[in-house]
Amino acid sequence: MELSFYLIQLLNGIQFGFLLFLVASGLTLVFGIMDVINLAHGSFYMIGAYLAYWLTGIFGNLFLGILLAIPLAIAIGMAVEKLAIAYVYKKGHLHQVLLTYALILIFDEMQRFLWGNDSHSVDVPNLLSGSIPLTDIQVYPVYRLFISAVCIIIGIGMFYVIQKTKLGMRIRAGASNNEMVQALGINIERLFSIVFSLGVALAAFAGMIAVPVDSLYPGMGDNILIISLVVVVIGGIGSIKGAFVGAMIIGVSSIFGKTLLPDMASVIVYAMMAAILIWRPKGLFQAI
Amino acid sequence: MPSDISENNTPLIEARGLHTYYGDSHILHGIDLTIHRGETVSLIGRNGMGKTTTLRSLIGLTPPRQGTVKINGKDMTTSKVYKIVQQGIAYVPEDRGIFPNLSVNENLSMAARPGPNGREDWPLDHVLELFPRLAERLAFMGNQLSGGEQQMLTIGRALMTNPDLILLDEATEGLAPLLRKSIWSIVKEIKKAGIATIIVDRDIRTLLDIADRNIIIEKGVIVYEGNSEKLIAEPECLQKYVCV
Ligand SMILES: Nc1ncnc2c1ncn2[C@@H]1O[C@H](COP(=O)(O)OP(=O)(O)O)[C@@H](O)[C@H]1O
Ligand SMILES: [Mg+2]
Repeated sequence: MELSFYLIQLLNGIQFGFLLFLVASGLTLVFGIMDVINLAHGSFYMIGAYLAYWLTGIFGNLFLGILLAIPLAIAIGMAVEKLAIAYVYKKGHLHQVLLTYALILIFDEMQRFLWGNDSHSVDVPNLLSGSIPLTDIQVYPVYRLFISAVCIIIGIGMFYVIQKTKLGMRIRAGASNNEMVQALGINIERLFSIVFSLGVALAAFAGMIAVPVDSLYPGMGDNILIISLVVVVIGGIGSIKGAFVGAMIIGVSSIFGKTLLPDMASVIVYAMMAAILIWRPKGLFQAI
Repeated sequence: MPSDISENNTPLIEARGLHTYYGDSHILHGIDLTIHRGETVSLIGRNGMGKTTTLRSLIGLTPPRQGTVKINGKDMTTSKVYKIVQQGIAYVPEDRGIFPNLSVNENLSMAARPGPNGREDWPLDHVLELFPRLAERLAFMGNQLSGGEQQMLTIGRALMTNPDLILLDEATEGLAPLLRKSIWSIVKEIKKAGIATIIVDRDIRTLLDIADRNIIIEKGVIVYEGNSEKLIAEPECLQKYVCV
């Protein structure tokens, strides 16, 4: 196999890593800052994907579909936070795991009820359906580059909000001393619901833009959840930087695993996690 | 203006019959406490007598099980902490509560908000004028500061909320004499600025010097209340409750 083949795998791995980063960053924030384990986080990836698929089907345009799906996904996220998650903030991890596992079952069942067991796909929009030649015979699809570019922009935006804005300062302060934040006159519950909604919005958005490269199927949220949990643990719970590095490691190694060692593909990410945890038991980075 | 008159006469805090518990242990036994605008009040008592618990009860961090807390005349006994302090109260806790993962600049800026009447007397540069040491260390992280600098940072952060009342819990504890002196001179500046304070401190001499009124608490009960001249004239009282 020639070099350009590896290059394509690498680009695919990076692009998958970017998507994982969008999903895992929300998960790590909610876990690290609010101390809430949200197993239903992956369901929002699925919800985003199906909403985009459904709306694209209606309006015939992926971009329009995504544009309309975003507010819907945020509304669903806010409703879930208000009606369910808010009740288990202080109840400990067992309550959170039980509640959010129940949410997974509900969302999976709703998915089957609304869209059935078949897998679906959406075409790459014409505007981005081209390819870029890498060598004489190898090409790389523009849409995958587009995904990476969008994720980079969102990543920079997220970094800016967390590092440079007052909201971000308060979120980071809340991660280290929640009581003191309240004693300064800040509504920590509202801060938490903003973090939660932002987190699920990112996961849903990742599902939306992935629709043309990743088919839709029942249980797709569960797969992404497990792999995102691996990313969060590798990167260090609560660390955005860690989520990024972890997502890249897992994204690239799982794509290479699938093509080079197909028999071992499903084991590779866990082997990677085990290796990193032996080296750094608390993950690569500290919480924000 | 009538609103001004009512504002000046209504106490900032009026607590009646507070009973506070930690689990089953009954700590405060019917605390009554009134703080007026601009007043500097000391809260004196030996270790473990309930000074910190009293401050925490006033702002709902450890809500009383019985009794009422009125802030600016409004009953806020069951309100959330952030709602209570938004009435113009800032808390400087015993453990300082610095955010270690935020820079000095961020520790201050994150707290910034207008006071209860929209006043903004304490913008960042004003606070930094009061604490030149913090101005030199704006980019340091909270956990890179010395104890004295951390104490300045908590007081500075309290001022960033433009409060009418600051609760100061052991602000000079564990500091070298020179640093204590500079914290006390800051407290005097705060007093001069017309901000009310409730001060808990072991440096009774300086405390009596600065306080308009003194409250002594013993096992969760207020056992004495009076101005400093009166208290100094009764040394046996201080001897009995504070051992000085
Ligand atoms: N979190 C807590 N849990 C249980 N008991 C506590 C707690 N905090 C303080 N106490 C007890 O409450 C009493 C009053 O404490 P505190 O208000 O901190 O006293 P002070 O500030 O006057 O030293 C003490 O007997 C102390 O042991
Ligand atoms: Mg104390």
